[in-house]
Amino acid sequence: MAATRNNSSNPARIPALGFRALALIVLAIALMVLDHRDKHLDSVRDTIGIALYPLQLVVDGPARFRDWAGERLRSRFSLQEENEQLRREQQVVRARLLTSNALQAENARLREMLDARVKVKDEVRVAEIMAVDANPFRHSLVLDVGKGDGAYEGQAIVDQVGVVGQVIEVGLMTSEALLISDPGHALPVEVNRNGLRTIAYGTGEFGRLELPGLANNADIREGDLLVTSGLGGAFPAGYPVAIVSSVNRLPQQAFADVSAKPVAALDQVREIMLVWSAPGESADAESTPAAAAESEHE
Amino acid sequence: MSRDRASRHLPVVVTILIALALMMVPLPRGVDVFRPDWVAVLMIFWAFSLPRSYSVGVAFLLGIVIDVAQGTLLGQHALALVAVVYLTVKFHLLMRVFPLLQLMATVFALLALYQFLLFWVNGISNVSAPSVTYWGPVVSGTLLWPILFSFLNGLRYRVQSRV
Repeated sequence: MAATRNNSSNPARIPALGFRALALIVLAIALMVLDHRDKHLDSVRDTIGIALYPLQLVVDGPARFRDWAGERLRSRFSLQEENEQLRREQQVVRARLLTSNALQAENARLREMLDARVKVKDEVRVAEIMAVDANPFRHSLVLDVGKGDGAYEGQAIVDQVGVVGQVIEVGLMTSEALLISDPGHALPVEVNRNGLRTIAYGTGEFGRLELPGLANNADIREGDLLVTSGLGGAFPAGYPVAIVSSVNRLPQQAFADVSAKPVAALDQVREIMLVWSAPGESADAESTPAAAAESEHE
Repeated sequence: MSRDRASRHLPVVVTILIALALMMVPLPRGVDVFRPDWVAVLMIFWAFSLPRSYSVGVAFLLGIVIDVAQGTLLGQHALALVAVVYLTVKFHLLMRVFPLLQLMATVFALLALYQFLLFWVNGISNVSAPSVTYWGPVVSGTLLWPILFSFLNGLRYRVQSRV
């Protein structure tokens, strides 16, 4: 009965609904397979990403305004105080820099003697974190830098005190970064005290990393500083990552239960720095830092 | 004619844009696990009230947009949203005679399916997700429904009166 009526006069019938739904579901699955296998769909992402950019700016607006207003509305007293503090800090840093320069020169000289590869000085650029929640199930950030700024996938991100994470997706104007605390993140580190190498895994908590690969008799203590080892290629070596917070050795198990606290305040940062491990790296995202350093050396 | 069409779609487009923005607004830790799936709830509403105009096609496109915004696998949210909207459109006449509580139970089931499909794809593509808090959006989305429903119904009649 309903079929004999004109479609538009009958709100109950949606033509070919089941077929359309099925076709779209198949299309969605095909897209997922394509996207998962390789990165053929980057241009699609870029295009939609540009369309989303204004929306991200709108969402980010209030936070930006709050920062701006906070700067404008500070009292003279607190500014003076901050000024004073910064001046003191600068003196300390400058003093440290003096020795650092000397040490760097000495280091280069010693390495030359050993005929080791000279460590290329890292290039650093400040980027701002947009107040945009990207993925609710990952520890990720949206940054206000994109392809145009030379950001690339796998690029290391640090703040003033330590490693924050790495870039996992680069759009034209924004990019997404994964924090080291994400459960899917693994970072090759070494103990600063003795060079013991291991891998730090994220746990999904901001304040804790796990080091599951350490044998029960490994030389590691509470308070040890972990720095990036530079193995694995993505991260330049020598950046502080975390401080070992607990070491549990269970006699019946082969591996010690070690956790560490990241030195960077992962849930509080607003400004972070992108690190280009070697000059020219940004131009060629495919080359590993080691390869780039190699060509630099020649 | 075309201007008429544009003004007819305007409320829907605006609400969808607002939902997308609300999806991205940063929330304090602890609260954000209860962030409702704004876009999913909204799409259920529009598919429920205007199934001829807003059906699986719109759901698919919107799903792709969410995938880009959240950096998930392209097609993941599209798949979940198409499935949920399909069921909503399929049963929208039945749902219209439901009393509020029963309607909320239906919305709960739809949102649970949405979240489950996302969870399932995450599992296949090896993205780990937190355990219990994962289902927070289902609860908050359901609780949101009566408020959103009464608010959007006003809009909906404005939309329909111009058809």
